[in-house]
Amino acid sequence: MNDRITMQVARYLPEGDAELSYQEYEVPYPREWVVLDGLNYIKDRLDGSLSYRWSCRMGICGSCGMTVNGEPKLTCATFLADYAPGPVRIEPLQNFPVIRDLVVDTGDFMRKLTSVKPWLIREEEKPLSEGEHLQTPAELDQYKQYSMCINCMLCCAACPVYGLDSEFVGPAAIALAQRYNLDGRDQGSKLRLDVLSDHEGIWGCTFVGECSKVCPENVDPAGAIQRYKLTAAMDSLKSFLMPWRGS
Amino acid sequence: MAKRTIEPLLWLLFSAGGVASAMLIPALALLFGVAFPLGWLSPPSHEHLLAVVLHPLTRLVLFFLFMLSMFHSAHRFRFTLYDGLQIKHLNEVVNLLCYGGAVVGSVLGAYLLWQIG
Amino acid sequence: MYTNYHPRWHRKPMSTYWWLERRSYLAFILREVSSVFIAWLVVFLMLLVRAVGRGDASYQQFLDWSARPLLVVLNIVSLSFVVFHAITWFNLAPKAMVVYVRQRPVPGHLIAASNYLAWAVASGLVAWLVLGG
Repeated sequence: MNDRITMQVARYLPEGDAELSYQEYEVPYPREWVVLDGLNYIKDRLDGSLSYRWSCRMGICGSCGMTVNGEPKLTCATFLADYAPGPVRIEPLQNFPVIRDLVVDTGDFMRKLTSVKPWLIREEEKPLSEGEHLQTPAELDQYKQYSMCINCMLCCAACPVYGLDSEFVGPAAIALAQRYNLDGRDQGSKLRLDVLSDHEGIWGCTFVGECSKVCPENVDPAGAIQRYKLTAAMDSLKSFLMPWRGS
Repeated sequence: MAKRTIEPLLWLLFSAGGVASAMLIPALALLFGVAFPLGWLSPPSHEHLLAVVLHPLTRLVLFFLFMLSMFHSAHRFRFTLYDGLQIKHLNEVVNLLCYGGAVVGSVLGAYLLWQIG
Repeated sequence: MYTNYHPRWHRKPMSTYWWLERRSYLAFILREVSSVFIAWLVVFLMLLVRAVGRGDASYQQFLDWSARPLLVVLNIVSLSFVVFHAITWFNLAPKAMVVYVRQRPVPGHLIAASNYLAWAVASGLVAWLVLGG
């Protein structure tokens, strides 16, 4: 049986461990097996104590993000055979506290996500009787790319600023803010600007660009942030030059 | 009203300086820093260069090039220090050093270009 | 990393040398370090302007000074960093600027190309002015 690959899996038990340790498992790697299949094989056959998150197995739920050989990856979309002859090192996502084994705490991410008010904001709700808000395909194209985000947090794991600067809102949240700002039905961009433009919301970003490279859905948060900086800077320049217009 | 920060204006200066320095400094550095010293090209006469620099438009362009490039450089260096060395707690010192340097440099540049004529 | 302290969670602090851990991080930090060399070149050009303003003798002195080997090496290094800055800057420009023509976004590579064209024109203009048109 030489059709096996070694998986070095990070282990951390909150009851006693001070540091992560690595445990090696030999797993088969047929052509169609992804890293997540390997982990499931370990859990089912070799070691039931291994903890990790997963759900849909098809790149939609965004819960199986881990660090595979140093790179943030969706383990359901990363083939084991690509790492042959191995070993493959599986670690929890970077920049997040580890609860156990490969499971990280998502609290910081979730708080920042809601802080940008990621929903349609209307100054006045249109009564149902007036029917739906119509959009042209061109209007849809403005924001469609940013609506593909699956909240997998790979971008935040790849972003050094997210790890270094607690104030930084992070790539996912800013891209999501842009998704609503650029939506013709939304009228809340002013509210979001107040959240993001003040203190370090967006200004901490130094355009490392890694967030866009690791995104499994090609969302391009880095581009969203730079565009947003331009909008916010122009807005603040206007209110600086014409203070009487107020805000 | 949300509190105002100076961050957006610093970023605008950084961006404008990024464009200005990328457009103009490589050619100038290639000529005066490399091509003339290494004798690839013979340097222009003093008379010619003085005439070019004395033109008000040249002086205006040079002033903005110097000023914006320095703010660009200060802003970028500040974040390099924050992230690369993790010294964000020295915030005030770093800001004073970076932007203070850019302000002093811009004033010096303006003075230089002013008194030449 | 900024969730409240929890005694049983493991937190790995970021290494001071995180920018050595990946090639792309290293390229990033090199791009950022270009700021130091841009600052130096501005000082160098300001010294040139000062020398030109002070007359022929001090201009010749400046030319001799700038031909010192150490200075030439410094300027070659600085030039490479500025060129690196320019290339990364122009390549990333389309990400920050989305231009619409007749309600259609202009493709990113066209925006980058127009930046490079402007760079070539600006450089040509500088050379023409300096070398005596």
